[in-house]
Amino acid sequence: MKLELRGITKRFGTLVANDSINLTVEAGEIHALLGENGAGKSTLMNVLYGLYTADEGQILLDDKPQDFDGPGDAMAAGIGMVHQHFMLIPVFTVAENVALGNEPTGLLGSMDMAAARNKVLEISERFGFNVDPDALIEDLPVGIQQRVEIIKALSREARVLVLDEPTAVLTPQETDELMEIMRQLAKSGTSIVFITHKLREVKAVADKITVIRLGKVVGTASPDASTNELASMMVGREVELTVQKELSELGPALVEVKNISVLDDRLHRAVDDVSFDVFGGEILAIAGVQGNGQTELAEALVGVRSVIKGAGSIAVKGKDVTSASVRKVLEAGVAFIPEDRKKDGLVPEFTISENFMLNQSFTSRFTKGLNINFPLRKEIATDLVDRFDVRTPSIDTPAGKLSGGNQQKVVVARELARDVEVLIASQPTRGVDVGSIEFIHEQIVSERDRGKAVILISTELDEVLALADRIAVMYRGKIVGIVGPETPRETLGKMMAGVSA
Amino acid sequence: MSEKDDRFSQAFKEILSGGLTRTLLAIILGFLVGALFMIVSNKEFIEALGYFFSRPADAFAAAWNVVANGYGALFRGAIFNADADSFEKAIRPITETLRLGAPLIAAGLGIGLTFRVGLFNIGGTGQLIFGMIFATWVATRLELPFVIHMLVAVIAGILGATFLGALVGYLKARTGAHEVILTIMFNYVAISIFTFLMRDPNLLQEERATGNPKADPAAETALLPKIFGDEFSVHFGLIFALVAVVVYWWLMERSTIGYRLRMVGHNPDAAESAGVNVKRTYVIAMALSAAFVGVAAGNQALGTSIGVIPSSHANIGFDAITVALLGGSSAPGILLAGLLFGAFKAGGPSMQVIGISPEVLGIVQAAIVLFIAAPPLIRALFRLPKPQTTNALAAIRDRFFRKGGAK
Amino acid sequence: MNPLVEEKVGFKAPIVMASLGFVVILFFGFLGKEGDVAFQLSRRQDVIQLDPIIINAVLLGIVSGALMLLIAVFSTIQAVQNKRTPVWVSAIFGLIGVISLLGWLATGNSVPVAFIAGTALVLAVPIIFGSMAGVMSERVGVTNIAIEGQLLTGAFMAAVVSTITKSYTLGIIFAMSTAAIFSMILATFAIKYLAQQIIVGVVLNVLAIGVTNFLFQQWLKEDGENLNFPGTLDVIRIPVLSDIPILGPVLFENRLTVYFALIAVPLLWFVMFKTKLGLRARAVGEHPLAADTVGINVGRTRFWWVTLGGAMAGLGGAALTIGNAGAFGREMTGGIGFIALAVMILGRWHPITASLAALLFGFSIILRVWANQVSPGIPSDFITMVPYVVTIIAVVGFVGRSRAPKALAQPYVKG
Repeated sequence: MKLELRGITKRFGTLVANDSINLTVEAGEIHALLGENGAGKSTLMNVLYGLYTADEGQILLDDKPQDFDGPGDAMAAGIGMVHQHFMLIPVFTVAENVALGNEPTGLLGSMDMAAARNKVLEISERFGFNVDPDALIEDLPVGIQQRVEIIKALSREARVLVLDEPTAVLTPQETDELMEIMRQLAKSGTSIVFITHKLREVKAVADKITVIRLGKVVGTASPDASTNELASMMVGREVELTVQKELSELGPALVEVKNISVLDDRLHRAVDDVSFDVFGGEILAIAGVQGNGQTELAEALVGVRSVIKGAGSIAVKGKDVTSASVRKVLEAGVAFIPEDRKKDGLVPEFTISENFMLNQSFTSRFTKGLNINFPLRKEIATDLVDRFDVRTPSIDTPAGKLSGGNQQKVVVARELARDVEVLIASQPTRGVDVGSIEFIHEQIVSERDRGKAVILISTELDEVLALADRIAVMYRGKIVGIVGPETPRETLGKMMAGVSA
Repeated sequence: MSEKDDRFSQAFKEILSGGLTRTLLAIILGFLVGALFMIVSNKEFIEALGYFFSRPADAFAAAWNVVANGYGALFRGAIFNADADSFEKAIRPITETLRLGAPLIAAGLGIGLTFRVGLFNIGGTGQLIFGMIFATWVATRLELPFVIHMLVAVIAGILGATFLGALVGYLKARTGAHEVILTIMFNYVAISIFTFLMRDPNLLQEERATGNPKADPAAETALLPKIFGDEFSVHFGLIFALVAVVVYWWLMERSTIGYRLRMVGHNPDAAESAGVNVKRTYVIAMALSAAFVGVAAGNQALGTSIGVIPSSHANIGFDAITVALLGGSSAPGILLAGLLFGAFKAGGPSMQVIGISPEVLGIVQAAIVLFIAAPPLIRALFRLPKPQTTNALAAIRDRFFRKGGAK
Repeated sequence: MNPLVEEKVGFKAPIVMASLGFVVILFFGFLGKEGDVAFQLSRRQDVIQLDPIIINAVLLGIVSGALMLLIAVFSTIQAVQNKRTPVWVSAIFGLIGVISLLGWLATGNSVPVAFIAGTALVLAVPIIFGSMAGVMSERVGVTNIAIEGQLLTGAFMAAVVSTITKSYTLGIIFAMSTAAIFSMILATFAIKYLAQQIIVGVVLNVLAIGVTNFLFQQWLKEDGENLNFPGTLDVIRIPVLSDIPILGPVLFENRLTVYFALIAVPLLWFVMFKTKLGLRARAVGEHPLAADTVGINVGRTRFWWVTLGGAMAGLGGAALTIGNAGAFGREMTGGIGFIALAVMILGRWHPITASLAALLFGFSIILRVWANQVSPGIPSDFITMVPYVVTIIAVVGFVGRSRAPKALAQPYVKG
């Protein structure tokens, strides 16, 4: 089916997320929609899927204008979507999830589970998915969950399939398999919109590429365009993928991790017998595909998550903090930039100055006995906002009102302003605009130059390569290997799939 | 439009969109709902409605009469009685409002505190009763000199309530059980224990109260002294409530403890990452909350010279929820809300006298808070502008009327 | 991801079981009063007469306690092997405990089994309906603290409308529809105005109490005869079935409201877990955005389930007045709505287990009354307390980890 978007505009308050976007996808075509985080790709697709209503513009399918009043309409018209965050209900089975909203029914409106199961088996066999219809979603690995999403779309006879950042959670091998599936689907006549910000994947699979930036289409390209060309279209200028940094002098081992294991929320072993040391003056990057235990590792290092008792230890500056509380770990000299700033790093309702004292409310320069030292807090906040270039009307603005990049700067400012020797930065630039990324990278490198030990946890290979002095690659909770920054991309990619170097 | 006009209309918009306006509108709406109930349940009005089309004025007159009489009686009973023959009698109503408002204020602070930590303390009643048990025991079974006896009894009341609050907090932190269910169940447990204690002369029962659950009256030395002499029954409970308001304000707005409580209320995950022990904070919050409720318990146990009975908790634990909601969980807000609902309690009997059931005030109370609970509703009803933040007015408002709300 | 699940089954259940077992064997057994107790299985008017079972109370206590300890041992072995104690084992454990308690209370006397079980059922009916209202509302993700108010509204309307119209049918219809409309307030505030659901629930209770108190005071008190004198529904005996020994009189000789409950519970179970309506409802309560993306209208689904839940509670209210008491009384629900809430959580948001938990409460109410008659020495305040303490222990010990619907109390906002 041919899909055409004409002049789609979507505003959120004063923010224009999509600005008269035009896009045409021919039947059987794999069309890549390329753009940075926050460029407006997901908004556009949610408009297409009827989750948002466009303020202006038209959606056409096979040249007929459509009017979607909710995802139900979009689905009925033949649009299927695999969302970045899976839209699956964890406590339902695969068959129930696939059937939901489109249920085969029998006597008295009861569910015909046999029919639902067969549907899953049939599609699963057609594409060689190998999915058990009776498995609970929460027990399945993400790669399989994604296949369930695709089955869900296909079971509704989707002829336009939208895949929103589908590879973010996949290993390189799983990514390859997904691409094969995409080609197979396209061959059978399904049009595919492939949303991503990863250039290599676009070049590998797309028939046509549309690049959007800041909510606007900035151009189209063919897959044989050079990586640099595509990248500069995407970010609006020549990108510098490396950060200037000198060799620095290694200090003593400030963090020593020995054989720790950690459980995740579902009580699966997420970190499995991990050991490493980090020295003063170096950046150790922990690379890996999302969901291989990095999050849990970071939480265990800070003490938010407990380490399995009996085996393993964590020491900061020679002091054992294996089972210490978060407060003890922070006081032992650890600064922590959490992966999800809105969830763990900030209190959105608090003002910027209140957020600056978030982890220093017990006894610190911010306190005077049991009272808050308001004048000093104001002074510090004013200084930090200035030094870290936080764009805000005032230090009394609630942090939740700032843009993502500025929120992240508040977190970074707070952590770097603390006089400590270890920095754990988890995804420090996720969802941040390019300008802020550069700034944050420079700050991290300068911390390292000052002799701090930095643990950088990142799923972005580019970021890892730009900053790291050593790279530890995690796969399924284990460290596959620790290698130098000169290691070729391909080798790292293999390591991220579990093959040791 | 000149620039000055523009700024004026901007400021006007901000006042309209603010919490204060919304609160006032909700109160007005609440009274209107109450008026509606008074009208439709009024016999004269229903009769006049029977011949509405021939003489509509009768119906309107009847409606106006019942509302004017009803709220007039409320005013006479709660604020100022112009018909009284002496000045003391004329101002006695307002002192009654102060007396009845005091425990609502103290308990309201307690409930408001939990709202700001993201918890729901539905267990005000149980905590109040535990406080009363302890305070009554000290007041009836210990012999201490005047003032000291009273202070010890008040402190015992606070400790008794705190104990139950901390227990709930501990159970929640330890097992993840929901505090709403725990507090509701403890309300029933507390009332059973209280009644049991009041049935046994060896425990708290008054000798003469054969069979009926009733406690010994508090010793003279333990009673809360009257503030304005014997002419008025308002006693030191009011002073304690006002002290509690100041303590609450300091705690929540100025201290690092309150800062962490609010942090946990807004975002427990971030608090955890910032080194705050969230579970321990829940225990502390429930304990502090119950401590404020305990002040009200002292008020109930020591404010009367006849012995307490099982119903002496006077539903304050529940009313405190509405007080905290109306007061936006801020110290000054709760003070005013407690006085308003105290006035309802003080004015009820005068309404009863003229044949209007004071239960209508319960409806008014519920309606006010219902309107408060949904800011978008009030905005939609009155076509108010959306809330605006950045300006001096907001800063002042933030400072004094910081909205807690339960998230 | 590593498929190895490392969850540990705790030792809470065995510990609680063992302590209860010791209490029974010690206090009801070895330290119990000497004497016989008769369990009367049939009533005098029953067609088939069974002989009462007469047993020595001390022996009963020792045997029951020993059995309970045995189950505790079984539960311990399960826990060591990292397995949970099955629900039916816990149910048998509870049943043995109840029998030993009855025997101890009625030493030297008799236990009217059918009377106690039947009354427990009648008293449990409003709680059952209330918990169904809770299940229906919370399964779609709306916290329902307002069950108390819904029951009260239903009770009031059933009494007043039945009296005025002299028709129980109209009374029930009005009770259900008024409580449903009352629930719409909760639904609207929660779904449209995104208000805090627990707050709205609490306030709605205050409102329902306020309105019914006011109308009671203003109207019913003066003119009770013409406004609040409905009487009760007729007891319907189902032929043949009601002649079954023990079960017959308990289940098949009841008022309409009880039969409604006996039908409503399995019906709700069927709809909730076996039909597409139920699948959609649960999807909305677990992951509303996912439900929305497959074309399910989240707001509408929530609205109607909450509203119909209200109708259920309205029926429960009717069961209080025209199904039992025969008139409306001031604040007559007296916390039943909150008990229904606890029951729903104890029953893990499942209609059938919740109803079983409701029966436990019904039983405790009749036990209090009956125990006062057969052994007046027992402090009644403590018996009053028992179900609440049991709830606390259960919530703290067993249900703490049970999973509420994931999206409970979270408003769903579309972009």
